[in-house]
Amino acid sequence: MIGIVASVIDGVLIGSVYGLAAMGLTLIWGVMKVINLAHGAIVVLGMFILYLMASALGLPAYGAIPVTIAIGFVFGVALYWIAVHRMIGRPELMSLLATFSVNMVLIGLGTAWWSTSPYNVPVSIPGVTWGRYTFTGTHIMAAILAAVIAGLLYLLLYRTRVGKAIRAVANNREAAELAGIPTTQVLSFAFGLGVALAGVSGTLIATLFPFTVLSGEAYQLKGFVVTVLGGLGNPAGALLGGIALGLIEGLATPFMPVSWIPIVEFGLFVFCLIAFPRGIFAFSKA
Amino acid sequence: MEVFKVLLLAAAAALAATAAPAQETLTIGFTASQTGALNNDSTAQMRGIELWRDEVNAKGGIKVGGTTYTVNLVTYDDESQGTRVQQLYARLITQDKAQFLISPYSSGLVATAAIISEQYGKVMVTTGGALEKTYQLGNKNLFQIYSGASQYLAGALQALREKNPNPRIAFVYEDDPFSKGVAAAVRELAKSMGLTLALDESYAGSTTDFTPIINKIISSNADVLLGGGHYADGATLARQLYEQKAGLKWVTLLVAPDSPKFAQLGDAAIGISVPSQWEPQVTFKPDFGPSPAQFTKAFIDKYKIEPGYHAAGGYAAGLILQRAIELAGSVEPDKVADALNKMDVTTFFGHTKFSTDPKQHGLQIGHQMVLAQWQKRNGQLVKEVVWPTDAKTADILY
Repeated sequence: MIGIVASVIDGVLIGSVYGLAAMGLTLIWGVMKVINLAHGAIVVLGMFILYLMASALGLPAYGAIPVTIAIGFVFGVALYWIAVHRMIGRPELMSLLATFSVNMVLIGLGTAWWSTSPYNVPVSIPGVTWGRYTFTGTHIMAAILAAVIAGLLYLLLYRTRVGKAIRAVANNREAAELAGIPTTQVLSFAFGLGVALAGVSGTLIATLFPFTVLSGEAYQLKGFVVTVLGGLGNPAGALLGGIALGLIEGLATPFMPVSWIPIVEFGLFVFCLIAFPRGIFAFSKA
Repeated sequence: MEVFKVLLLAAAAALAATAAPAQETLTIGFTASQTGALNNDSTAQMRGIELWRDEVNAKGGIKVGGTTYTVNLVTYDDESQGTRVQQLYARLITQDKAQFLISPYSSGLVATAAIISEQYGKVMVTTGGALEKTYQLGNKNLFQIYSGASQYLAGALQALREKNPNPRIAFVYEDDPFSKGVAAAVRELAKSMGLTLALDESYAGSTTDFTPIINKIISSNADVLLGGGHYADGATLARQLYEQKAGLKWVTLLVAPDSPKFAQLGDAAIGISVPSQWEPQVTFKPDFGPSPAQFTKAFIDKYKIEPGYHAAGGYAAGLILQRAIELAGSVEPDKVADALNKMDVTTFFGHTKFSTDPKQHGLQIGHQMVLAQWQKRNGQLVKEVVWPTDAKTADILY
């Protein structure tokens, strides 16, 4: 029994990081109806920012978080103007292909620089031991930081003018334009924000597990499941969806071979698309 | 006068031709996983092959009768993918005109490459491919350097039995062909030794979070963990076992701990053991080629890193092929295959002998594996040979 509870707690801890990763994906979709297929590559970018700062420069691991947010934001805004801006309002396949191309370019560059060898950033924080089970300090810290960052995003969206503008553009771009909101700038800001969130989730994941240039794909796929669970375009739902996914993983693992977990996850993905197309947590939509 | 000049030139040319042996190029093709999940071990294997090429060519090449062949390696990145291996081996044979082949890394990719090499009747020396099944399909021109997958955990189980007659074993392995081959052998062996497996589960090679699996290992009350797969997953599993204080007395993982990079895990590496095809400390007396110490030194001089068994396997593949060509006195594939069939030699890599039984032609039947374990000596992480006892350089940590 303790094993099942431990598994569920671990699931919730990692689920909050999945949720943070998916928030970036869903924010971009919600505001500009673009599915960012470069999401996984940007998660990897966040991982390597941690690696460069902690291992190569010897700086404290969690100090990489504000740096990743800053770099991610600037990178995201640049990416918006280079690859996304001209695709806004066009068929969704266009932006899908554009961001997929960016994904291939980023992974290609990453492979050329770092190869596809695994990188490891040892981060040591005392964990909590319960019986024979240990919850590692890095998992607990990652969950806390994911919650804090999600809280800050909430404040930004609901307590600031720019947040109000983002929500207005997401709601009705033409009306926002008529109200005098510079919607193009708002779109680029939102894209930068989404990329920064993806990057920072990568940084947090890299404090937990070794990673390679190709690691982003797994988190991108989980991001899709989480956004569908939480409701496309709903950042708060994404966090809840991430926690729900972690919870399901944690609950299912003691009762079935771990190699079956992806089948459960993606089965759930299809089920949600059919039964709850607006997401299980649609009630909390902004 | 002009006629005299021409005659003089012709005479000089004839003299030169008789004085120096003919110099030709021998093209050997292979793919390496320069990118993708198998990158780490495959790169080591490629470095071993390239070191062999450099050393052979520095000595003038492979001498066959009056002809000396300079080795020309043609290689491509297979991206750790079977579909690329299929395309690239066909390309190596048809476009690059490779006369001989060396395999890619990993059992799954070797099996794929073998389909192409057999189709074209090319001799392929395989390294980094332990799974026996590939050699039991009636192939005629495949020759395996590694000990088979069934040998991987046999030593570990015997060594473990001496320390603990009734271990509770959790067996957790990657769901790739090689690890599944090892798994099938372990189940048989454990049964014949009267041991039961407290947990028997596979995981996807792309797994990055082993927390749920480690919780299951703890819940199964296991005190021993056997398993793993390749580098990326094995290194991650070892790190998380340490962080989650899994409380195991014995951990043997496939492949990953053999890489010198495994030491980057720091204290998480201590006590982790690995079945190894070769270690720098072995003391084989070679019939030809470098000694283990000479190979190790040359590798470190070139790449600034100690070789693991993947690198040694790469070099050995080249060396065995070279020997077969020299013994055959020809670069004709049939004659070289005959020489490989008759081969019974010891190199720095150990004993090499290929099965000629049609049911398992080319399977390695001479080579023996060792068990190595990461230990701390004078504050430094070092890999010691701990099994078999007559080859050990340190006692097992248990």
